[in-house]
Amino acid sequence: MSQSSSLWSDALRRLFKNKAAVAGAIVLLVLIVLAAFAPWIAPYPYAYQNLDLGASPPSSVHLLGTDVLGRDLLSRILYGARISLLVGFIATTVALIIGVSWGIVAGYAGGKIDSAMMRIVDILYGLPFIIFIILLMVIFGRNLWLLFLAIGAVEWLTMARIVRAQVLSLKNQEFVLAAQAMGVSNFAMFKRHLLPNILGPVAVYATLTIPQVMLLESFLSFLGLGIQPPMSSWGTLIKDGVESMEEYSWLLIYPGLTFTVTLFALNFFGDGLRDALDPKTSE
Amino acid sequence: MLGIFLRRILLAIPVLIAVASITFFLVRLAPGGPFDADKAVSEQVLKNLNEAYNLNAPLSEQYFDYMTGILVGDFGPSFRFPGRSVTELIMTGLPVTFELAIYSMLIALFIGILSGVTAALKRNTFLDYVPMSIAMIGICVPTFLLGPLLVLIFGINLELLPVSGWGQLPGDKILPSLTLGFAYAAYIARLSRGGMLEILNQDFIRTARAKGLSEKMVVIKHAMQGGLIPVVSFLGPAVAGLLAGSFVVETIFQIPGLGRFYVEAAFNRDYTMILGTTIFFSVMIVFFNLLSDIVALWLNPRSRDT
Amino acid sequence: MRYSFLFIILLLIGCSSGTTPVEDAVEAKILHYGNGTEPQGLDPHIVTGVPEHHLLLALCEGLTSSNPRGGESLPGSAASWDISDDGKVYTFYLQENGKWSNGDEVTADDYVWSWQRILTPSLGSQYPDMLYYVQNAEEFHNGTIDDFSNVGVKALNSKTLEVTLKEPTPFFLGLLSHYSTWPVHKPTVLKHGTMDDRNGQWTRPGNFVCNGPFNLKTWELNKKIVVDKNPLYWDADIVELNEIHFYPISNEMTEERMFRAGQLHVTSTFPSNKCEPNIKEINPNIKIHPYMGTYFYRFNTANEALDDVRVRKALAYSIDRQKIVESVTRCGQIPAYSFTPPGSNGFYPDTKIPYDVDLARNLFKEAGYDSGEEFPVLEILFNTSEGHRKVALAIQQMWQQNLGINVELVNQDWKVYLSREMIGDFQVSRAGWIGDYEDPNTFLDTMRPNRGNNKTRWDNYEFDELLARANATLDQEERYKILMEAERLLIDEMPIAPIYTYVRVYQLHEDVKGWYPNILSHHHPKYIRIERD
Repeated sequence: MSQSSSLWSDALRRLFKNKAAVAGAIVLLVLIVLAAFAPWIAPYPYAYQNLDLGASPPSSVHLLGTDVLGRDLLSRILYGARISLLVGFIATTVALIIGVSWGIVAGYAGGKIDSAMMRIVDILYGLPFIIFIILLMVIFGRNLWLLFLAIGAVEWLTMARIVRAQVLSLKNQEFVLAAQAMGVSNFAMFKRHLLPNILGPVAVYATLTIPQVMLLESFLSFLGLGIQPPMSSWGTLIKDGVESMEEYSWLLIYPGLTFTVTLFALNFFGDGLRDALDPKTSE
Repeated sequence: MLGIFLRRILLAIPVLIAVASITFFLVRLAPGGPFDADKAVSEQVLKNLNEAYNLNAPLSEQYFDYMTGILVGDFGPSFRFPGRSVTELIMTGLPVTFELAIYSMLIALFIGILSGVTAALKRNTFLDYVPMSIAMIGICVPTFLLGPLLVLIFGINLELLPVSGWGQLPGDKILPSLTLGFAYAAYIARLSRGGMLEILNQDFIRTARAKGLSEKMVVIKHAMQGGLIPVVSFLGPAVAGLLAGSFVVETIFQIPGLGRFYVEAAFNRDYTMILGTTIFFSVMIVFFNLLSDIVALWLNPRSRDT
Repeated sequence: MRYSFLFIILLLIGCSSGTTPVEDAVEAKILHYGNGTEPQGLDPHIVTGVPEHHLLLALCEGLTSSNPRGGESLPGSAASWDISDDGKVYTFYLQENGKWSNGDEVTADDYVWSWQRILTPSLGSQYPDMLYYVQNAEEFHNGTIDDFSNVGVKALNSKTLEVTLKEPTPFFLGLLSHYSTWPVHKPTVLKHGTMDDRNGQWTRPGNFVCNGPFNLKTWELNKKIVVDKNPLYWDADIVELNEIHFYPISNEMTEERMFRAGQLHVTSTFPSNKCEPNIKEINPNIKIHPYMGTYFYRFNTANEALDDVRVRKALAYSIDRQKIVESVTRCGQIPAYSFTPPGSNGFYPDTKIPYDVDLARNLFKEAGYDSGEEFPVLEILFNTSEGHRKVALAIQQMWQQNLGINVELVNQDWKVYLSREMIGDFQVSRAGWIGDYEDPNTFLDTMRPNRGNNKTRWDNYEFDELLARANATLDQEERYKILMEAERLLIDEMPIAPIYTYVRVYQLHEDVKGWYPNILSHHHPKYIRIERD
């Protein structure tokens, strides 16, 4: 089926033309490498305190300065990258798995099943999830896995809607009808025909969900409900920075900058991906 | 059309009941009760307190009492503030949060639509990238980072604007509204850019241009009405989100709104307050979703069930 | 359209210039008070917190009044009193011209009724134990007896109140300055609810009646509470303030900025990030003075890792308290080597807790642990707060470095933390205790066996007996000798490890006069004046 492969190469070509998206991709790659190798790169262990030093501005010994307990900011940002990116990827994966499965089943099954499943999505859409998450975190404490689940559970709804819409539009296309006529099994249908065509929007939406998730996690950390000390995500670092932003502005600027740049990169890349795959909105 | 909305409203009722019930039981599961205090409460006193709030009754009885109470709008007394009812507390915080939401929405619409329409018109040029990047600030800089930064620059360094309160000093509504507004400006910018691009490609626009209408007329009279439909659809969830998402802004700027009440109630295990605000927010969300759907449908009867 | 928006902004900014509230207050005699969190309420028999206390100090008054300069209690709504020789019977003579804010006379019956109210179980008061020293009070509260006339408080006539105690309680007068023993106005309470209705409406502005120097004017939830001068107060002649505005500001940095902007005369706290060693020279508005409170760590002595006193002492001796107050808390806190803060009504404990790593290690070995790895992982529980987190991180590092043990930090939200402490689901937990009245008993009493506030499962009957004896001793010197023994015993057994003594750190504007630092931090508004030099 050469049709789909030229679709992909077209998309890639358009993607590379989008400078912002390319820049975003590069930044992300660098970040992921840094985060992965953080334990080897970081100049200090993230929990190491130097009480005598206290907070100090950037210097040759501590490239980005230290916080009130004398912990090296650069190291903490690197380790924070691991946590924030991890939360972003895992929670998005949870959302992906639930949302994509839901959307495929609803879209493909159609009729009453579809109706019922999307009704549930509609209902859940109307719930104030932030409120539930806060309540859950307050009640059940700061369990990292609970955090992933809770965040993922909020984001899967839109994914389900997108996938279902995609499946619906594909279902009635000729090549699917032809395959059905030929007696291809449902499972093979998913694998060979539907999945590759769904991949596009799913990839786009996943890339755009990751920053949402990271924002949500940092918001929870800000409220004191996120990651436990001494591990810190970027959210915790920003929260600490806000508290002392007048005296020790570097504690806010560097984590804030890193976080923002990462989110920009993710969004530019995601936007670029979407523009590349959807010719209508990019030409 | 009427049928659809009646169905939606009818659907909303079991949803709200479900929300209330889930929250009711969730809150009771929490370790730590409303009367736990630093100075240890003796068993005797704890029993008295629970008695006073009917917490010693079997759970099913409490549940029934509570649900029937809601039907007449009685959310019960606040546990944390003896003598005050939850309804009273909600009514104190609501106008403030509402005002904040409205101002933020206005700012979001202003920045968002301006950026999005400009970007759509000047596609792939400087005027496309720049406004969209500025609007992106809202998506990429969390409110609890943007807020303090604005405070640092305008409140402390330049000393132009007050840094806290709502309605106490002139100008103290500016920074909070800006902070919250920016977050939504980005989405509105994207939606309006996307919507405008779709509309601008359509035949009737080409016709209008061919007829010799000025670009301004084309945009304002013809394109925007259709192009901004996605924005209108988004408004409902957006306002609802603003109501719920005002927590951080209210905390940073010390605004006496409903969001702050909610967070404190959760931390204090003020059962009735938690339930009251949760149900209230849910009602608001349902209401605004419905409202924006009505408006979107009215603007463009073609966009049914997508 | 862009320009008009800008114009509006500039207009609004322009309007913000003008005089500040602090400036205006010199003429208007209004005190602007940063009061921390929004008060739960104003009923002295129901509330429990410090912000509520500040309000009640303005609105109501008890039999005695704590001395603003510390030490012996002053007359309050009681002008004078007699104490019987055995120390068990107190006769209070109320102020002749003592009046409620609506003109009614303050009578001894008011006190009898009020004490009955707080001891009525169905009210659900959380401080009834303040009055347990009164004969049969505890029995009435837990339902053993039904008839309040058996409780040791009687009105001999309209202005004479007789109180009979279970035992001679040397600190009873100081105890009476706590708001839970204060009176409420019976007709007002009953008009807006029943005697034991927690949700009665008598505390609303317009309904509120009390016997203090100020009266409740307005109460805007989460915005401001305004009280104005009560001309019927018996000592109204010396009250110079016209109004006090209480602002509920829970964020310490916002409060600091408001102070700088001239919106507040006094703050409730000061951000510790801004503290430096010589902060008082840099900023003369900063006040730092000792507060009757101790920050300490509780050891769960029922836990097998901590039931050996040598282990507990080793842990206590490995904490560098000096380093913590200098580098972590930084605002002039004082390292604590005793549980009772020094200077509590003249009580100065002589206990010592050295920072001695070698001694600690030896004790550890004696207890049977040759190296830190053999010791189980220790968990420090604390409630979510930046300050507690920093101290816990520092102590975690100290224990790891000095003893080689593994320490984990667990922070829980406030209610979960409380509930875990209550059921004993912790090993080490962070704690703080503030004195309710100025006497060592308010601290030492909490460590007696079967006290709800003990939480360490350390039940020492020798300690219990010492305290019982001290409470029955009338001579202060004798009594303090016994209490000193108790304190030494406590530190020798180390169920708790004191870390530092609290200080009150806050900002006070130079226009505020008549504000005296005292260890309980009671600042009676009746003495405060606003004067510009």
